[in-house]
Amino acid sequence: MNAPSLSCRGLVRYFGGLKATDGVSLDIAPGELHAIIGPNGAGKTTLINLLTGELASHGGSIRIGRDDVTGQPVQRRVELGLLRSYQITSVFDAFTVGENICLAARRRQGVGWAVWKPLTAYEDIMRVARGVMADCRLLEAEHELAANLAYGQRRQLEIAMALAAEPRLLLLDEPMAGMSAAEGAAAIELLQGLKGKYTILLIEHDMNAVFALADRISVLVYGSVVATGTAEEIRNHPQVRQAYLGDDDDA
Amino acid sequence: MHRNKWAGWLLPLLFVALACIPFVAQAMDEPFYVTFFARVLVYALAACALNIVLGFAGLVSFGHALFIGLGCYTVAILADAGIANGWVQLAACIAVCAAVAVLVGAVCLRTSGIGFIMITLAFSQMFYFLMVSLTPFGGDDGLNIYESSDFGLFQLGGSQEVYWAAWALLLLLALFLNRLRHSPFGMVLRATHINPRRVDAFGYSVFRVQLSAYVLSGVITGMAGFLLANLTAFAVPSYISWHVSGELIVMIVIGGIGLVTGPVLGAIVFLVMEELLKGLTTHWMLFMGPAIVAIALLGRNQFAWLKAGISRPGPMKTAAPRRVAGEAR
Amino acid sequence: MNSSLFLSQLLNGLQLGVLLFLLSSGLTLIFGIMNFINLAHGSLYMVGAFVGAAAYNASGSFWFSLAAGVASAALAGLLIEHLVARPLYRHDHLYQVLATFGLMMFFNELAIVIWGNRPYFVTIPESIRGAVTIFGAPYPVYRLLVIAVGIAVAFGAWFLIQKTRFGMLTRAGTTNAAMVSVLGANVDLLKKALFMLGAGLAGLAGTLAGPILSVQSGMGDPVLILALVVIVVGGIGSIRGALLAAIVIAVIDTLGRAYLPHLLTLVLAPSAANTAGSALASMLIYLLMAFVLAFRPHGIMYSARR
Repeated sequence: MNAPSLSCRGLVRYFGGLKATDGVSLDIAPGELHAIIGPNGAGKTTLINLLTGELASHGGSIRIGRDDVTGQPVQRRVELGLLRSYQITSVFDAFTVGENICLAARRRQGVGWAVWKPLTAYEDIMRVARGVMADCRLLEAEHELAANLAYGQRRQLEIAMALAAEPRLLLLDEPMAGMSAAEGAAAIELLQGLKGKYTILLIEHDMNAVFALADRISVLVYGSVVATGTAEEIRNHPQVRQAYLGDDDDA
Repeated sequence: MHRNKWAGWLLPLLFVALACIPFVAQAMDEPFYVTFFARVLVYALAACALNIVLGFAGLVSFGHALFIGLGCYTVAILADAGIANGWVQLAACIAVCAAVAVLVGAVCLRTSGIGFIMITLAFSQMFYFLMVSLTPFGGDDGLNIYESSDFGLFQLGGSQEVYWAAWALLLLLALFLNRLRHSPFGMVLRATHINPRRVDAFGYSVFRVQLSAYVLSGVITGMAGFLLANLTAFAVPSYISWHVSGELIVMIVIGGIGLVTGPVLGAIVFLVMEELLKGLTTHWMLFMGPAIVAIALLGRNQFAWLKAGISRPGPMKTAAPRRVAGEAR
Repeated sequence: MNSSLFLSQLLNGLQLGVLLFLLSSGLTLIFGIMNFINLAHGSLYMVGAFVGAAAYNASGSFWFSLAAGVASAALAGLLIEHLVARPLYRHDHLYQVLATFGLMMFFNELAIVIWGNRPYFVTIPESIRGAVTIFGAPYPVYRLLVIAVGIAVAFGAWFLIQKTRFGMLTRAGTTNAAMVSVLGANVDLLKKALFMLGAGLAGLAGTLAGPILSVQSGMGDPVLILALVVIVVGGIGSIRGALLAAIVIAVIDTLGRAYLPHLLTLVLAPSAANTAGSALASMLIYLLMAFVLAFRPHGIMYSARR
């Protein structure tokens, strides 16, 4: 297993006067699937953006394995295998599913001056792509334009692209948002299969998915972590029940 | 670019038709047609080169006349200094255009959208004014070229020679662009227009890819300038005017941004239209202007469709970006 | 270096800066609020110059010529807004550039059709002819008037934008155009009014410039490019940026043209210095723009909220 640990200490981010991220510290073990839950506006997407480097942090540190990546650009973290999926589907609409995934798969080699041979004609890339498409149930859609896909398939493509890029760590931002029950179940199955292979940080609202998949859960409220623990511990944590799940039973 | 089924036979048909022109002109004893269409092909070459950045990467350069000027003046200045060897001139042209493209591109690519349009315009203006003030190189009146480029086996001495050189280069370029658009480099380049953030997020350098494309585009446009200098035996600042840059963009839009052969079609349509109008009245710009406005209004959805992967609006599709229920910000 | 000559060059720069400001403020407003790039802005400047000059030659009244110049430009602006800008607001800038480029061509040719190819002559109005002595050197009253008008308009623009309801809606429009319609304002009318305001400012600049610069077809083209440089350097959407950039650019341009050839004689032979000097002078502001953009890609006064 190639998956490194992911940790951050005291991460801070301001938006004007608003402290969107307030001293967040996380320790995710290699191969762990760690879920982040919390009410809307808690700063979950901001946290992912800080971890990927798309947003600069105003304090604190981030480590991937033994590498300190604080302040490093996105490209550097991608080189270390940190990849993400987006909450708002961010695929290449004008390309086919196959082309989208091949583009992702090519990221390690880069493009250099490869100006002649078609991207989809590279054997090694297509092999990886076909594998990912099979896992994500997108094989039949290989030649379909991403713009023409159904919503659930677009979300699948979103995840597929992150997978095809040969990650070591995955940051998934609400991958199941808007999926139907059947699609959601298929996605949970997919993510189950990924457990252990990669270090995964999962942001989700779907509690079934969270409790089914997560090794540990952290609860983010107003930019800071109010609790971290296993599913059981979180379920019974009084502060969490009050702030998030409500004082009534069962999520 | 579009997945048009009929685009497959368009390219060979077009080039066969173009190849017939010198023979037709000879049969009709109208050498003017060769000169005219040679000019069309030269501009088509420049427009296709511009399309590398405009059509692929969505970078609207309003200053590509800069490279036409660089190509022209390289030939003129070297010829003036007694160097008529085509290979030397070509090497110099490529070197100069590449160097300028790297410098200019590096600055311009720091902006995007409208900033990019305006800064590319400004750089070509810079060069325009430079050549106007450099009286040793002819200033406003330009520089005459008394010896055409000598490539040993052939010289670009007349319209016929330039015509075939332009035809050959254009064909090579079109074939190359067909390959480029599906290659890894080409796809990443196109992706930088569709979703630059995602491209960056995969670790590709948007800047490097776009700069490389800009340099390639600039060098090829410079070669069009090289041919233009030989065709007209003349290098003059008006070749660098922003009207030329604008006309290149008009040609691309007429022919269809998404097609590889689009700029070629556009160049033919535009220059033929211009020639016909010129024949009717000296005030032809009074009609060309509104024609361009009409072209812009008619073609205005092209760019958005290109990004969204739509080739034609179907009953369910609109030109507006997709908004899907459930995707909260 | 002759100090009174320097002063008059400086004032020339200031006067050019004022004209540039009038032109670029309209351009930056239209672009900043409606996201519409109007290359035909230079044509509006030309319309103001021609109509203003024709009005003066017909009537002999300076005020009438000003009114005619501004009104004709505003009217032309209204037509442009309704026929060309409206269909293109939501579309890529490429098409806006293309369409207004076509308009430029049309207007330039129209001017030739109506007034011919040669410069159209108009004199400085009687009452404002003559010179005033500043620090021992004579300076034309008319040029001082231009500066004064420019400052007055700058103040008026500031007042309009900061202190009136129209200005409030305009400023709101820069951050959130959709909200402005929710506020109950008729967005279409607001856009037309704004376009006409910008056009009127361009027309004013043209009318004022008529007696000093040459009134002819294509006069708007070089000035438009300068205005584009101004708004890129000053920051798109910012009036203050346009004012600052216009003055700086105009002064640098004027002083550069006046003194660079001279300065270069220190290192080059006279004829070479002349050539190199005028070449460098004409490139100077573009070099400045490249320099600014290299460090601040969004211009100096760019408002981050955009």
